[in-house]
Amino acid sequence: MRFDLVADNWVMFAEGAWMTVQLTALSLLIGFCIALPAGLIRARRIRILSPLINIYVYAFRGTPLLVQLFLVYYGLSQFEAVRDSFAWPVLREAYWCALITFSLNSGAYATEIIRGAIETVPKGELEAAKSLGLSPRKVDFLVLIPSALRRALPQYGNEVVFMLHGSVVASVITIQDILGAGRTLNARYYIAYEGFLTAAALYMSITFVLVFAFRMLERRYLRHLRVSH
Amino acid sequence: MKKFVIAATVAATLVSAANAADINICVEGAYPPFSSTEPSGEVVGFDIDIANALCAEMGQSCELVKTDWDGIIPALLEGKCDAIIASMSITPDRMQIIDFSTKYYNSPAGFIGAEGMMESGLDGQRVGVQRGTIHHSFMEGVFPNVELVLYGSQDEIYLDLVAGRVDAIMADSIAMQEGFLDTDSGAGYAFFGESYSVPEYHGDGAGVGVRQGEEELRDAFSAAITAIRESGEYSMINAEYFDFDIFGG
Repeated sequence: MRFDLVADNWVMFAEGAWMTVQLTALSLLIGFCIALPAGLIRARRIRILSPLINIYVYAFRGTPLLVQLFLVYYGLSQFEAVRDSFAWPVLREAYWCALITFSLNSGAYATEIIRGAIETVPKGELEAAKSLGLSPRKVDFLVLIPSALRRALPQYGNEVVFMLHGSVVASVITIQDILGAGRTLNARYYIAYEGFLTAAALYMSITFVLVFAFRMLERRYLRHLRVSH
Repeated sequence: MKKFVIAATVAATLVSAANAADINICVEGAYPPFSSTEPSGEVVGFDIDIANALCAEMGQSCELVKTDWDGIIPALLEGKCDAIIASMSITPDRMQIIDFSTKYYNSPAGFIGAEGMMESGLDGQRVGVQRGTIHHSFMEGVFPNVELVLYGSQDEIYLDLVAGRVDAIMADSIAMQEGFLDTDSGAGYAFFGESYSVPEYHGDGAGVGVRQGEEELRDAFSAAITAIRESGEYSMINAEYFDFDIFGG
């Protein structure tokens, strides 16, 4: 065991951890911004828009994240038209390719989570709001969406952990994330166990923090659903 | 029970027959022109010819064991082979884990980029290197102002150079000449700047790797390298692959 080599390279692992955390967080944030309106449109079955979103969700949930990333990173760059276009300064960067792919991927999964949550909001809650004289817009923003988001918490917590673990594919397109640091250690000293074990420990620590945070959120926002003895 | 003993004895004999060679040598088979795999599965190349010449010089019988690069040091440490002859550079990092003979060749590292590129204009540019190689360490130490992009394999860097995601590549000159510049996609690209061979980063060339503590085997390989240099055997093998002396200064 040569964990001293891990210690010598702790800066690389720290930078990798920061890259993983911020890439995951930004992807989730952008994904959520896509998913909230998209989920609402799907739940309301709004014409034209709803089938289009359905296609998007199917495409991103139906293919592996790594394949999506390869299509965006290596696939698009193959076409001269793309390389000459205004989008190239963005698509040239591995970081932006990863952020775009991860956001769209997370957005697709979150859309379905939010759609499901909106559809399962009890009719009684909405009728009660209506009977209080709230306008349809106020019912949406004060009752429907907050109630749906609360219900979506446990499932969305899973999606956050999946996104964190899915972000490892960034290391195959040159991004130095946690796994990238582990792979560098492996390639430089030919020690696999120490570097990958360190990477696993880092992912696990971040996961613990996330799971704990979601448990706290659930405890706070789903208090009314808990069975008390 | 008796049958079992006989069977075990036969099996043991077979195993020892398979390992009858004095020295098992790990070779790679995916790094032309140093080692590549023929359609028949046979491994050929400069490293292989050198390995055979060294064994003949030492008067030992050798068995070549084809091993992936990622697993080649573990294979040595686990005893699947006794020596590595796979263009492995002798570096301080690797010396922490295994031991090396003296070098058997030393090819310089260099930059390639679009024709007309200058080394003086490298600051702030993106240079692709293979992750964890001597070229990675070299760039970090000597060119701190360039933006390094890390790749898993050399082929991916060539793709991104052509796509315009990196401006230049730092790697082994001979590998890039054969693997990229001499191919169709290499048109419009060329070497630029100096060629580098800095012992601190690039080590002292490629050597024969052995387990630590096996000084006798290590010294036997070093002596054999000197001997084939002197006998002219080395220059004959060299001439088959390169039009210059790859042994280096």
